[in-house]
Amino acid sequence: MPEARHHGRPAAPGFASGRVVTLDMAVAERRAGGDREQEMTALRAAVVKAVTELSALAAEADDDAAGILGFQIALLEDDALSEPAFAAIASGIPADAAWRDALDDEIAGYRAGEDETFHARAADLADLRDRVLDHLGAGAIAPDVTRGSIVAATDLPPSRFLAIDWRAGGAVLLSEGSRNSHVAMLARARGVPMIVGLGIDPIRLAGEALVDATCGELVLDPAPATRADFEARRRSHEHGATQAAIRIGDPAVTADGVAVAVHINVASPDELASLSPAICDGIGLVRTEFLFSGGSLPDEEAQYRVYRRLAEWSNGKPVTIRTLDAGGDKPVVGLTTAGESNPFLGVRGVRLSLSYPDVFAVQLRALARAACHGKVRIMLPMVTLPDELEAARALLDKEMAALRAAGVAAERPPLGIMVEVPAAALAIERFDAAFFSVGSNDLTQYVTAAGRDIAAVADLADPLNAAVLRLIRLVVEHGHASGREVSLCGDAGGDPAAIEALLRTGLRSLSVAPAALAATKAAIGRTDLGQ
Amino acid sequence: MTTETPVIASALLINEVGLHARPAVKLTQLAKSFRAAVELALGPEGPWVDAKSPVRIMRVKAPKGAVLHFRASGGDADAAIGALVDLVGRGFDEAAGEGAGRA
Repeated sequence: MPEARHHGRPAAPGFASGRVVTLDMAVAERRAGGDREQEMTALRAAVVKAVTELSALAAEADDDAAGILGFQIALLEDDALSEPAFAAIASGIPADAAWRDALDDEIAGYRAGEDETFHARAADLADLRDRVLDHLGAGAIAPDVTRGSIVAATDLPPSRFLAIDWRAGGAVLLSEGSRNSHVAMLARARGVPMIVGLGIDPIRLAGEALVDATCGELVLDPAPATRADFEARRRSHEHGATQAAIRIGDPAVTADGVAVAVHINVASPDELASLSPAICDGIGLVRTEFLFSGGSLPDEEAQYRVYRRLAEWSNGKPVTIRTLDAGGDKPVVGLTTAGESNPFLGVRGVRLSLSYPDVFAVQLRALARAACHGKVRIMLPMVTLPDELEAARALLDKEMAALRAAGVAAERPPLGIMVEVPAAALAIERFDAAFFSVGSNDLTQYVTAAGRDIAAVADLADPLNAAVLRLIRLVVEHGHASGREVSLCGDAGGDPAAIEALLRTGLRSLSVAPAALAATKAAIGRTDLGQ
Repeated sequence: MTTETPVIASALLINEVGLHARPAVKLTQLAKSFRAAVELALGPEGPWVDAKSPVRIMRVKAPKGAVLHFRASGGDADAAIGALVDLVGRGFDEAAGEGAGRA
C-alpha cells in the first residue's frame, strides 16, 4: 500500500505508532420473538443489567470517569428515558427496535441546536443504547483491541475507552467526535493521543499508522523517510513536555539566584480545576467580572461561594481578588453607562463601584466572609486619588461592623490598589494601600496615549516604553521603602521578551495567565541580573 | 399534597458549560431528597419539567447565564427550594475545567 495521509482535529496531544484496530459499532438486528409482556420484561432486565455493569465500572474508576458513568447510570435509572420505548412495545414493536428508536430520538435531541457540549453528550447516550441492546441479544461486536492499539471508530463512548488498557500506549482516531466530548477529556487526562473529525469511514483505516495528535495528522503505511521524520518529532515533543513539566513545579529563580514570586491570573474559577496550587505562589488577580456577566447582579451568597472556593483552592497562599472592574471595554448591563465618548476615560473600575455603593457593599461583604477560609486580599481597580481608596475603606469598615453585629463570620482582608492610572503611579506615596499591583495594560495605554483596542497604534502601546518602566520603578522603590508588596498583573508579565526589563525595575513578583506560567518561569530562569 | 400555593424561586446558572451532565445529576439527586414535588423551567411561565428526572433536565439544555426557575409544593417545599437555589448559586460545587471530566 502506498503511504496515505489524513487530517483531523487534534483532541488530545501526543504521538503514537502501531496497527489500527477498527471498532465496528454497528448494531445487529435482533430477531424479534415473544409477546409484548415478554418484550417489556426483557427490556427491563436489560436496563438493570446495564446499570449493574456501569456501577461495577464506576466503583473502580477514578473521579473523572466515575462522574461520567454516574451520569449514565442516572439517565438509565430514570423512567423518562425508557417511557417512549415501553409505549412502542405496547403498540407491538419488538424491544430492541423500540429501545433503539427511543434512544436515537433522544440522541437527535442532543445533536440538535448549537451547543457543542450537548452534541458531545450524544456519545454517552449512544453507549447506553448499545449496552442495553447487548443485553437484549443484539449487541455490538466486541472488538479485538490489544494493548498499544491505534483504535479507530466513528465515535467512542467513554465506557469503551475505559475498558481499554492504555498503559502500553496507543491512540484514538475518530471519524466524527468532538474535542469537547467526555472521551476527549478522558484522553487528555490520561495522555492518550486522540484525533477527531477525520471524516473517513473507520472501516477504511487499516495497517501501520503514525499518529501525530499535536497537529492532527495520520499517516498510513508510511515510507521509511516519513517514519524517521515522525520519530524525530516525537522525541522532540517528549523532551519539550518533560522540560516544561519540570519547570512549572519549580520556584522561579533567575540565573543569578534571585527569587521571583509568580502568581496566576484567574478569569473564571473553572480554570482552576486542572491546576494545582503547588505550581504557583498564589492567585495574583481574580477578575470578578465573570460573576456579573449573566444579565443579573450576583447576590452576596453566590459571590461568597465563589470567593470561598478560590480561597480554599489556594490552600493558604494569597488570593488577590479585584473588585468589579466594569466599564471601558467591559460593560455590565444595568451598571455601566452606554455611549460614553471615551469609555476608557469614563466611569469604570472603582469609580463605578463607588457610584453604586449598594452593589459594591455586597461584593465587600462576600469578600470579608470568604477571608475566613484563606488569605483573601481585596484589590481596587482604576484608583486615581487617595480619596477613592479611603472611601472604599470606609465602606469596608461599615460592612465589617454590620457583619459583626449580625454575628456573621468574617475577617477583614488587606486592601490594596491596582496601579494603572499615571496619576496614581506618580504620587504613589500618597496612597495608604496594603499592597500595589501594576496593571501594565492600562498603565501603558494611559502613559503612551495609545488605545489598547486600536491596531493602528499597537506599536506605540509598548509596556517596555521607557516612561512606563520608569513609573513601575517608582512604584517598586516606594514599595521597598515603605515595606509594601509590589506586583505586576498585566500581560507583559507573561511575555518572555518583557521579563528581563521588568525584573530590572526591581519587580520581584508577577502574576500571569496559567497557560503562560511555564514559559514565564523559564524566561526568569534564563535572565541574569548580574547580582 | 394540597392545593396550597407553590414555593417559587429563581437562580442564575453560572457554570461554564451550563446545566450539563454532572450538574444535572447533582440537581436531581438533591431534588429527590425532598418529599415535595419540584419542577424547573427556563422562564417564570414554564414549561415546567420534573426536577427529579435527569433525562428531562438534560432536555431543557439550560446554557450558562440562564435563569433557572424552581417551583415546589408539598411538605418540605421551602427547604427544597432553598437547597436547590443554593446549589445553583455555588455553581454546583464544580471547579469544572479541563481534566476534571466535567460536563
